[in-house]
Amino acid sequence: MKKILIIGATSAIAEATARIWAQRGDQLFLVARNKEKLEAIADDLRVRGCPKVETYCMDANDVEGHVAMLDAAEHLLSGLDTVLIAHGTLSDQQACQQSVELTMREITTNALSVIALLTLIANRFELQKTGTIAVISSVAGDRGRQSNYLYGSAKAMVTTFTSGLRQRLFKSGVSVVTIKPGFVDTPMTAEFKKGLLWASPETIGRIIDKAMLRKCAVVYAPWFWMWIMMIIKMIPECIFKKLSL
Amino acid sequence: MPTQSLTSWGRVLRIEQKVLTFASRFDSLPDSSSGSLLPYGNGRSYGDSCLNAGGIALKTAALDRFIAFDPATGILRCESGVLLAEILRLVVPQGWFLSVTPGTRFVTVGGAIANDVHGKNHHITGTFGCHVHQFELLRSDGQHLICSRTENFDYFTATIGGLGLTGLITRAEIQLRRISNPWIDLETIRYESVDEFLALCEESDRDYEYTVSWVDCASKGNSLGRGLFMRGNHAPAGVERGQYFSKSRTFPFVPPVSMVNALSLKAFNTAYYHKQFRKKTRQLQHYEPFFYPLDGLLEWNRMYGPGGFYQYQCVIPVEYGKEAISELLKEIAQSGMGSFLAVLKVCGSIASPGMLSFPMAGVSLALDFPNQGDKTHQMFSRLDSIVSSAGGRLYPAKDGRMPGNLFRSGYPRHQAFKQYIDPRFSSSFWRRVMEST
Ligand SMILES: Cc1cc2nc3c(=O)[nH]c(=O)nc-3n(C[C@H](O)[C@H](O)[C@H](O)COP(=O)(O)OP(=O)(O)OC[C@H]3O[C@@H](n4cnc5c(N)ncnc54)[C@H](O)[C@@H]3O)c2cc1C
Ligand SMILES: NC(=O)c1ccc[n+]([C@@H]2O[C@H](COP(=O)([O-])OP(=O)(O)OC[C@H]3O[C@@H](n4cnc5c(N)ncnc54)[C@H](OP(=O)(O)O)[C@@H]3O)[C@@H](O)[C@H]2O)c1
Repeated sequence: MKKILIIGATSAIAEATARIWAQRGDQLFLVARNKEKLEAIADDLRVRGCPKVETYCMDANDVEGHVAMLDAAEHLLSGLDTVLIAHGTLSDQQACQQSVELTMREITTNALSVIALLTLIANRFELQKTGTIAVISSVAGDRGRQSNYLYGSAKAMVTTFTSGLRQRLFKSGVSVVTIKPGFVDTPMTAEFKKGLLWASPETIGRIIDKAMLRKCAVVYAPWFWMWIMMIIKMIPECIFKKLSL
Repeated sequence: MPTQSLTSWGRVLRIEQKVLTFASRFDSLPDSSSGSLLPYGNGRSYGDSCLNAGGIALKTAALDRFIAFDPATGILRCESGVLLAEILRLVVPQGWFLSVTPGTRFVTVGGAIANDVHGKNHHITGTFGCHVHQFELLRSDGQHLICSRTENFDYFTATIGGLGLTGLITRAEIQLRRISNPWIDLETIRYESVDEFLALCEESDRDYEYTVSWVDCASKGNSLGRGLFMRGNHAPAGVERGQYFSKSRTFPFVPPVSMVNALSLKAFNTAYYHKQFRKKTRQLQHYEPFFYPLDGLLEWNRMYGPGGFYQYQCVIPVEYGKEAISELLKEIAQSGMGSFLAVLKVCGSIASPGMLSFPMAGVSLALDFPNQGDKTHQMFSRLDSIVSSAGGRLYPAKDGRMPGNLFRSGYPRHQAFKQYIDPRFSSSFWRRVMEST
């Protein structure tokens, strides 16, 4: 039985993952900013067999509040051994180009808030010398593209940060798992027309769970994105700059 | 809003529609005036009742959360996109079962209410709607109406069997029934005629919760109306078999032409009838193959090829049941069209709260027909006139072609129903049966 903290617990991907854990009998501490949605998910997980579900309302950008939230999680579950950080927003690239304020906010949500959380969690897990931390980054972080480089660069920061953190915590027996989903059919992508490359949140949930059990370092979800991104990364910059990706 | 090509189980229509996935029951309906709205559950309706050409589909697949389950009372609260399959997975191990289930478990709670579905126990328990305590209806004016037998009763009766037209059901509370184990004590009896079928029903309806029959729709003359009658009950405590492993396969592709034709039809029906040599057999069967024999082959609807297929399901009032069913069977056998699984079932007299609910005391016949264009439609017209002169009606959940006047005469309360339709909701089915002759 694990003691799991989920930040951004109202995300469709996080919810699908939480159902796997609930059915397995793990204890959950769910953090999100919308109370109604959070309670609805907690009720569902209880009915599905979760022995203990606690909820906590917090905006991830409220960095001041992180310590209190972590204390509450450790207190209510009597310790923590697993964390999933899932919150994020798909930044409107066009709008960001016109607004420094929005740009900063998007970077805060998708990168800085994650790094703030990881800093605190890493120190606690390093001390207890055990645990698994999974963070949802994105294939978008593998290379900046004109259509979404703001979101992509925030995710790149998360990818790079978790890579360094993984090395540091390895010595303490703590594993850090970086998840890079491709296209997932969730509210975040509601406006997109779906096609062959799209995966369901349930599929991604299963991949996340398995990657965490196996203590993988970096996982593309689903796996074929590894090859797609490998090709995209190989295109020389002098050609890439002319493409309309 | 992105578009998506939507279809229903019969695969005759494929419509490019705008799609809005409803992710939270606290969300409100889209306020744009870009077309009318219609909820879309799991698309297990056969015709156009879940489609809305030119409008917006409100997909409920993500409204799949349980809210509460009390294993002491069997009262379950959940969101409307929860599949019956998910409910069974949760409650069967805790000794509960659906009070009413249709022949597939891949339907949503919202869809089951909106078509007021019925099952093999209709003669004892009535329809799905009879076991709904309450639900929440989201209307386009932003109201969240709680509907039950004591609150907004008019919307309760309009929405049960209301074909998705009265608003979006966001969540519901339903009553389950107790079971001792997942097994069904089943008897299968061979019968030679419609008369014998009706006698078997009469003899069985009191002591058997589940009765249904498969009828050979390819045989004429002396063999007309022969079939296999199934009757069963949930097995009592202690009467059970070992572990059951759920099996399913997927029909892998859409063949270029329908695999159902006169030849395969005759062969299948004859073989199926003779699969049982003895007059009567008894066995302990797991609930999955008993209730959901077709769910074992996922996407079996592809078998009918690119043209798709129709299902024809009618119910005929008791007093004309025998003659009309014999006439229908004769007409179908003559046409050589029919399909593998024709289902004959007696419905009971328990009234549903639903205004447009399909079942009535009488005999119901359901069978599939590959879509062969005009030829199929001409035969449907002949069947329609038998149904209509016997005072029967067709089931909207299965329909993609009935003439408007057959719907209107079969459902006399459609006039009174109209006032409960949400002004922003509509469906291809509704426009068709209200506007056509
Ligand atoms: C193999 C098979 C066997 C079947 N056997 C039976 C049977 O034995 N008895 C029987 O009665 N039926 C039977 N059916 C029909 C099926 O049970 C119904 O068509 C059912 O309503 C389908 O549910 P769905 O979730 O797929 O809804 P859909 O087909 O997507 O929608 C059905 C209707 O419900 C409305 N709706 C869906 N969700 C909501 C909501 N949240 N709020 C308001 N309206 C909503 C839609 O607008 C539409 O009008 C069978 C179907 C199949 C494929
Ligand atoms: N969907 C994809 O195609 C895709 C692809 C690659 C990576 N990802 C990543 O996967 C993760 C999960 O996203 P999803 O696809 O599941 O989308 P989602 O369902 O829209 O989830 C995003 C979640 O983040 C929460 N959130 C946003 N800002 C927040 C803040 N400041 N504080 C707290 N919570 C906040 C949202 O909460 P509210 O409900 O309160 O708004 C929402 O629950 C994200 O990190 C996303 O970047 C998604």
